[in-house]
Amino acid sequence: MTVLTDIPEKWLPVVLPIKKKKKAGFGGGKSKKKRTEEERRVKANDREHNEKFQYANNCIVTSKYNILTFLPVNLFEQFQEVANTYFLFLLILQLIPQISSLSWFTTIVPLALVLSITAVKDATDDYFRHKSDNQVNNRQSQVLIRGSLQNEKWMNVKVGDIIKLENNQFVAADLLLLSSTEPHGLCYIETAELDGETNMKVRQSVSVTAELGDPNNLASFDGEVVCEPPNNKLDRFCGTLYWREKKYPLTNQNMLLRGCVLRNTEACYGLVIFAGPDTKLMQNSGRTKFKRTSIDRLMNTLVLWIFGFLVCMGVILAVGNAVWEREVGSLFQSYLPWDPPVDNFMFSAFLSFWSYIIILNTVVPISLYVSVEVIRLGHSYFINWDRQMFCSRCNTAAESRTTTLNEELGQVEYIFSDKTGTLTQNIMTFNKCSINGQTYGEVTDPLGKQPKRLDFTPFNPLANPDFCFYDEKLLESVKVGDLHTHEFFRLLSLCHTVMSEEKSEGELVYKAQSPDEGALVTAARNFGFVFRSRTPGTITTTEMGRTVTYSLLAILDFNNIRKRMSVIVRNPEGRICLYCKGADTVLLERLHPCNQELMSITSDHLNEYGADGLRTLALAYRELSEDEWEAWSESHRCADKATDCREDRLAAAYDKIEQDMKLLGATAIEDKLQEGVPETIALLSLANIKIWVLTGDKQETAVNIGYSCKMLTDDMTEVFIIGGHTVQSVRQELRSARERMMELSRGKTEGMEAWAEACFMGNGMKDGQEGDCTTGRGSKQLHCSSLPPSASGDMDSISGEFALIISGHSLAHALEADMEAEFVSTACACKAVICCRVTPLQKAQVVELIKKHKKAVTLAIGDGANDVSMIKSAHIGVGISGQEGIQAVLASDYSFAQFRFLQRLLLVHGRWSYLRMCRFLCYFFYKNFAFTMVHFWFGFFCGFSAQTVYDQFFITLYNIVYTSLPVLAMGVFDQDVPDHRSLEYPKLYEPGQLNLLFNKKEFFICITQGIYTSVVLFFVPYAVLSDATQSNGVPLADYQTFAVTTATALVIVVSVQIALDTGFWTVFNHMFVWGSVGSYFTIMFALHSQTLFRIFPNQFRFIGWSLALAFGLHTKPCKNVQRSYILSRHNHKLSVSFISFYVINPIQSSLLVYLKENYVWFSLTKNCPVKLRLEDR
Amino acid sequence: MVKEEQEESSNRPDNTAFTQQRLPAWQPILSASIVIPMFVLIGAAFIGVGVALFITSRDIQLQELDYTGDDSEHPCFKCRTNTEKCTCSMTFSIPTLFKGPVFFYYGLTNYFQNQRKYGASKDDNQLYGDLNYFTSPSTDCDPYTRDSKNMPIVPCGALANSMFNDTFTLSHTVNGVQKIVPLDGKGIAWWTDYNIKYRNPSITPLINAFNGTKKPTNWPKPIYELDTTDVYNNGFINQDFLVWMRRAALPDFRKLYRRITHDDYAAGLPAGNYTLTIAYNYPVHSFNGKKKVVLSNVSWMGGKNDFLGIAYIVVGSMCVVMSIVMLIVYARFKFGEDD
Repeated sequence: MTVLTDIPEKWLPVVLPIKKKKKAGFGGGKSKKKRTEEERRVKANDREHNEKFQYANNCIVTSKYNILTFLPVNLFEQFQEVANTYFLFLLILQLIPQISSLSWFTTIVPLALVLSITAVKDATDDYFRHKSDNQVNNRQSQVLIRGSLQNEKWMNVKVGDIIKLENNQFVAADLLLLSSTEPHGLCYIETAELDGETNMKVRQSVSVTAELGDPNNLASFDGEVVCEPPNNKLDRFCGTLYWREKKYPLTNQNMLLRGCVLRNTEACYGLVIFAGPDTKLMQNSGRTKFKRTSIDRLMNTLVLWIFGFLVCMGVILAVGNAVWEREVGSLFQSYLPWDPPVDNFMFSAFLSFWSYIIILNTVVPISLYVSVEVIRLGHSYFINWDRQMFCSRCNTAAESRTTTLNEELGQVEYIFSDKTGTLTQNIMTFNKCSINGQTYGEVTDPLGKQPKRLDFTPFNPLANPDFCFYDEKLLESVKVGDLHTHEFFRLLSLCHTVMSEEKSEGELVYKAQSPDEGALVTAARNFGFVFRSRTPGTITTTEMGRTVTYSLLAILDFNNIRKRMSVIVRNPEGRICLYCKGADTVLLERLHPCNQELMSITSDHLNEYGADGLRTLALAYRELSEDEWEAWSESHRCADKATDCREDRLAAAYDKIEQDMKLLGATAIEDKLQEGVPETIALLSLANIKIWVLTGDKQETAVNIGYSCKMLTDDMTEVFIIGGHTVQSVRQELRSARERMMELSRGKTEGMEAWAEACFMGNGMKDGQEGDCTTGRGSKQLHCSSLPPSASGDMDSISGEFALIISGHSLAHALEADMEAEFVSTACACKAVICCRVTPLQKAQVVELIKKHKKAVTLAIGDGANDVSMIKSAHIGVGISGQEGIQAVLASDYSFAQFRFLQRLLLVHGRWSYLRMCRFLCYFFYKNFAFTMVHFWFGFFCGFSAQTVYDQFFITLYNIVYTSLPVLAMGVFDQDVPDHRSLEYPKLYEPGQLNLLFNKKEFFICITQGIYTSVVLFFVPYAVLSDATQSNGVPLADYQTFAVTTATALVIVVSVQIALDTGFWTVFNHMFVWGSVGSYFTIMFALHSQTLFRIFPNQFRFIGWSLALAFGLHTKPCKNVQRSYILSRHNHKLSVSFISFYVINPIQSSLLVYLKENYVWFSLTKNCPVKLRLEDR
Repeated sequence: MVKEEQEESSNRPDNTAFTQQRLPAWQPILSASIVIPMFVLIGAAFIGVGVALFITSRDIQLQELDYTGDDSEHPCFKCRTNTEKCTCSMTFSIPTLFKGPVFFYYGLTNYFQNQRKYGASKDDNQLYGDLNYFTSPSTDCDPYTRDSKNMPIVPCGALANSMFNDTFTLSHTVNGVQKIVPLDGKGIAWWTDYNIKYRNPSITPLINAFNGTKKPTNWPKPIYELDTTDVYNNGFINQDFLVWMRRAALPDFRKLYRRITHDDYAAGLPAGNYTLTIAYNYPVHSFNGKKKVVLSNVSWMGGKNDFLGIAYIVVGSMCVVMSIVMLIVYARFKFGEDD
């Protein structure tokens, strides 16, 4: 059961996000003092008094900027990123004339582009925040001011005000409920916006204020509330009301939190305790942790390395400059004297270092981060758009809630799954029960005839027609009036927290916090014990057609530690009775030892039910005498009033009364598997993903579900069960499991060896050559001697399929620091691991454990509030938007409606994302190295003077225009195999897990290729152009020709490279690849045109086309050349010569791509993408 | 039916090829059967082109004369450190007809026209004929912006200041008589440089435009006297000036000096003895530079360039070798046949 009525304190910090560091702390223009509030004192109807404390008012500001602050604040935030600051630093360097080797715009244009893209995104986000803030702040509420109700905007509500709420209104701030129109100061709220639970909850005012009633009385109310400071704990409130010299304790039961909606209550009055940013809703907003992918971290490391590399290059060139200036430059001074500040070669080298940092900065790619974001955004949209991940039944599409984790979906190795609601549908049906040692619900029909569904309507007009039950015996037993059966269903109709809504007579709708409870109450309803309505003090039922009202004396809440709930009621006859239902392990310990026989029969039944995969609860009751009740009631009240350790005291009090109970029986609820779960699990384990099920259910249920969803199979070598209660026994069990595993796998390898030897001997015999035999034996002995240590040493060598089942109490020991490693090594050798009876905190601990010990990507999937901690701590959290509210979804990174969509998310989207991102990164680093390193080589020929090879416009536009879009298109659209293929061959997922497509080695290959390209790009033109002339005799070795030729070659080479890297040419790829090359030539011709030169002679120095020779283009200036001197024919033949170095590079590249595509994959998986694609043809 | 379904479930994503990632796409596959023949073909083509280029390049005639005079035997040795006007002459012989048109280059080595500061040290506005920049040249030209008396220098900057000013005469010994080979200096610069990038101010006579300015310090005569015989070859649009101002990309370079296209020599330089007379003005000794004169003709592929042919042959052979290696690998893995 995943009821979140009372979250244990321990795991609160995990579940609820740590409050935002930056608290939007200002109220009405007054800046709030930054002091830590120790307690809050609020006096009702006394604004002057409350103003002294300067509490925040009810205006909320979630937006970050306004029109005036947007630019400075946003820029400030953006420059907090290292990359942006780095480029700002470069920009400043460029403004120093002695250093500036490039015009300022080469850096500012890309930087401005990157900044403005981010700024536009931030501005749009903020605009929507402004809009929603305005909408919320301007909602109307009725505030009691000087004795009369006045309409005020939400933002003008102050702490200490009394406001009136009407039905279906949102609660404006955190209020202390003072009075309501309902009797006893009750009111009902729905907390969907707060915690996602859609059931109604009751709140009750303190009895003294409940009497105040109308506004006139309230206006004179001057109580003072002293309570805890603002915090984010949704289910806790601790405070005291001082009024008329008396103290009244306040709890969460008295509070209406902002974000709730008032239901079924005409109106109520509340005192504002926390307003605006101090409300629990606002304190809980904001994502806690920013998850980063491993690729992200690798990328950051690589960028740092590149930065180091840049500095190294700078140093090398600076040293070169020093040597050159000393040896050559100093002699060359007759033609080029040193600049005035430069008086020696050392200083010149110093300046040259910075100059080179500027021109080589492009190895650290500024557009990298932006491009990665764009690609991930694209992938996220593809996930959102996928119709095959759309659940038509619940009308929900898959949603990628974060856009930063996509490629990690392609690297998942461990999946931690919740069971209920995730593997199963979480639609509970009352299936079986055991009453007083008699089991019902078992329909044993040997002929397999479809059993008849029971019809309850003639017997009970209030029955729910959707309810299915097949065993007539139970109905008979009820009709006969069996006391035990009646008591059994009475318990079910009384002991729960379900709310009922009776829209018209007899038409009951139950709103249950957990579907289990709903199922049980519905079962009781159909068997004649109908729960009709409740007030805080009473429960009204219709028992066998007779309306009975019980007075409800106490509810002993359910929580994850107690694992049970009880109610104490007084029936109309005055008999006091405690009804308890809970997990059998807990409950059976608390029974009166009188009826051992019943206990053992019932536990047998419970075990049977568990083995059928049913969820079981044991039911018990205890009759209390008036004295017992009085005594306990007093101690309970004491515990309730306590301000410190209240929870613990209450639990102790509950414990005291839940003793010596009499067993009534047990219930079994069926939770059906979701569609496609076994297939999905089978497929995922074929993809080498290890699946761990972490469930709160009991062991038998969990194991049974494990079998039914094919996690556990009969083919498994062995299934180990760890259930020890002490550290020693758990350690012992783990060790013996591991020894057994090794024993079995050694047996296997030995068997293999014996077999191999037999084969070998056979061959030897046949050949009749003894010599071969002996050498063979010698080598075998060698092999033998090397085998044992490897088998005993690491657990990786274990073969065979094992499964491990561990229960919550053993897990607690296994998670202790000294046993962690032992547990991990045993568990990870198993194909399937099931942890049962685990608490939410343990779920998170298990995930953290694997994250710590295995460098593997983990994914947690779940649907309930108890999975939140696990979802948050895993690398990737997936929420199932199902029955149990939306808390898991809100905490998750991805959400969808069905477990089976997970296979598509991982094997298709994840795999593609990973592949695309890796290809993108490889190419990105490649193209920047190819581009930049040319300057490095040129340095050796231009006196290390930081002369660029390319034109400054080319440098400006290279990364943002000429080469950005094709690689983006590849990063967004590329596919190596179609989606159905990656589902057919799950092995294709493996390269992602092994991180093969982009790692440090791949990175070095990429940059080596880039450096190689730059060598060819520089030295081939160098060798070709140095002596070359046009056929009119004009030498080709001028700077402009050299620059434009190299640049053109570069653009063509990197375009051919991206063409080779692209495996999936959609129309966008064509458009962008051809478009980029086209834009290069267009822009080049435009930049070299006379018009631009005439306007800015200083900027556009490259005028006229030298390139004509490379492409055989008869351009206008060239034709005109004929006028001035003899030129019979233009030398377009030279074009042949230049094609050579456009081709050399791509040839190497195509070879590399070919090898990568075919053999890298082949070595891993028998089915490499190329082969599959060939097959598809 | 589909429509109905969509109405039912409003959140269902659109069924388009784009959103479902089913865009029609061309999927090139670099399989062995494509890559290996492709490599063989490319290899063969490259070897063919390479051989053709190499043979052509070998037919191009080239005559190089180093006249730096580092060697004490050399006739120009005396001029090496001489700051005064100095003339020296070298003789050489051409064994067979040097086919025309023949191009006459001067070459410099260890000369860093590609140095960043050097290349930037000019004022394009000034060279474009903008008189405003005559009186206040750009500071890029420092320290050749103004002379010691603070007069603006036109053309300013290190690039212009260091203009090459050796002059050459080539004479052919015909029957013991020196016959001057006419050299044609027209149109040796880039068309765009001559017509667009460089402009004389539209003031006649040209000299008036230069009032209040100084000639570059290294120059013997001001810019407006570079060629007083031809207005279209004077000032900023002087061909020699333009040739110099077009920066070389590499430290060893040659620049076109003249073309030999006239009457008797239009078909080329006949075999025989020639004398090159050099007005040795340009000092290169200080930075260990070399000066040379190069005579060359061109073919369809331009000037002499052995590298290109060799590069093609090497790349072509590499392709062929690769294809063989791949064939072996392919045969061993028998890719795509067994599972």
